[in-house]
Amino acid sequence: MSGVGTLRLARLVAAKDLRIEGRSRVVTNQVLPFAAVTMVLFGFALDANTSVLETVAPGLVWLATMFSLLVLVQRNFSIEDDDGALDSMRVAGVDPRAIYLGKAIGLGVQLAVLEVVLLAAAVVLYGETVRVEGLVLLVTTLICATCGLAAVGTLYGGLAAGFRGRETLLPLLTLPAITPVLIGATRAVEAALGTAGAAVSDGWQWVSLLAVFAVAFGVGGALAFGPLIDE
Amino acid sequence: MTHLDDSSTTAAATSAHDVTSTTFASTGTRATRLIGIATLVAMGWLVLFGLVFSPADVNQGESVRFFYIHAPTIWVAYNSFIVTAFASGAYLFTKKHSLGWDRLAGASAEIGVVFVALTLLTGALWGRLTWGVFWRWDARLTTTALLFTAYIGYLAIRRLGGTHHQRARRSAVIGLLSVLLIPLVHWSVVIWRGLHQEATVLGTDADADIDGIMLFSILVGVVAFSLFYVWFVLHRTRVLAMEDLVEERGLDAALDARRAEAAATDGGGS
Amino acid sequence: MTVAFIDDAGFIFSGYAITFLAVGVLAWRVVRSGRSLAKQIPDDEKHWT
Repeated sequence: MSGVGTLRLARLVAAKDLRIEGRSRVVTNQVLPFAAVTMVLFGFALDANTSVLETVAPGLVWLATMFSLLVLVQRNFSIEDDDGALDSMRVAGVDPRAIYLGKAIGLGVQLAVLEVVLLAAAVVLYGETVRVEGLVLLVTTLICATCGLAAVGTLYGGLAAGFRGRETLLPLLTLPAITPVLIGATRAVEAALGTAGAAVSDGWQWVSLLAVFAVAFGVGGALAFGPLIDE
Repeated sequence: MTHLDDSSTTAAATSAHDVTSTTFASTGTRATRLIGIATLVAMGWLVLFGLVFSPADVNQGESVRFFYIHAPTIWVAYNSFIVTAFASGAYLFTKKHSLGWDRLAGASAEIGVVFVALTLLTGALWGRLTWGVFWRWDARLTTTALLFTAYIGYLAIRRLGGTHHQRARRSAVIGLLSVLLIPLVHWSVVIWRGLHQEATVLGTDADADIDGIMLFSILVGVVAFSLFYVWFVLHRTRVLAMEDLVEERGLDAALDARRAEAAATDGGGS
Repeated sequence: MTVAFIDDAGFIFSGYAITFLAVGVLAWRVVRSGRSLAKQIPDDEKHWT
């Protein structure tokens, strides 16, 4: 299949996923509230100590994102599982790379929305401030980290889809794999927001890590997805 | 009595080898026995050299004795993960897609996980003595801990179920991706620690004023654990092969029983 | 110094004990499972024989 065809198919798969999410409203009605509750619970755990919360806010934002990622991935593959849609796509001869990219894009869009909401929650709840000079870094970080998370989440989600015990297997596989993203994105956002006096220039080495991670797992996932779901 | 006798297709082959008449009642051969004896001897040497012959270190004192089990186990663990990755690639990229490669990958990862666990454990005890704490957020420690969890995940994937080739393909892909993960994790942790680095841990490199007998003791450790690795992988791959066979047989026997049932209900006894 | 040595000795001996115990348990389990499975499989399917 040609490259153009793959990309077009990927867009179709992504649009399908987003349309389903738009209609079912599971993300807005369940995943977003779940993430918000996590942010409030972090506040309780740290005894609502404002200075501590302000220092650790970037890390908490990404931690909440990763917990929500697990929920989102389960959700994204259970909609395929329920009516055997993944199998139908495979039988119809859809390029697995297109399915992978499409699902990753769909997941990435949902994650991006989630991250923006969580950052806003950090501003409101933890007293974080967004500064203008760090805005470019912040947006680049969000994009790179989202790509990496979506790549890993889609890969392991597809792997565990349709198996008993996947609810427990998915976190075990995903969380160690996305540790570089947690470390990198947290430091980069710290630099962008100036948490604990971090300079904006400190953030770019982390963005390069996030970009390498996203490319490595994006390419690896696209290549591996076919053998994984092809039964 | 056993389902072997029910299997009609292989009845001729199996009747000659009844349950009691198996001559090879274990996974041992002369080679594994020799390696096993060598392992025992080397382990005995390791205890002697590690705990008795080798002197206390000038800086580290007696706690240097941890080094003789700590370093060899992680060394063998890293090698076993390399073997896992190599065998995964061999399974995926050879035409034959031999399950032997898959079983080698699995057996190697199993012992690798155990050895990493031992490394973390002895490292924590050693750290308690030299640093006063069990754990440090050091780049090498953190990477090792993540490596440990990643390969526990790999072993979990191997138990997901499905056919043997499904298992092999899935785990081979993850075995290769985990290798991709190691440098990424290590890189991220290194720059993370690099930003707020404290003084380097004194003496853990142990290269500076290493004694001849200490070096030899480490060598004994490496030989002992490597021998055990070879011994274990030989036995374990054989066990895994038999497990696969038993599973296949169970399936065949169930199918045969079903067919016999259908035949009996259809046309009466024959 | 002597007290410190006794303290260290406990750590060191338990470290060695745990390591060799783990190795022993691993060996014992693989041999045991090998023996029990070998009874169910005819010899000509054991590729190492």
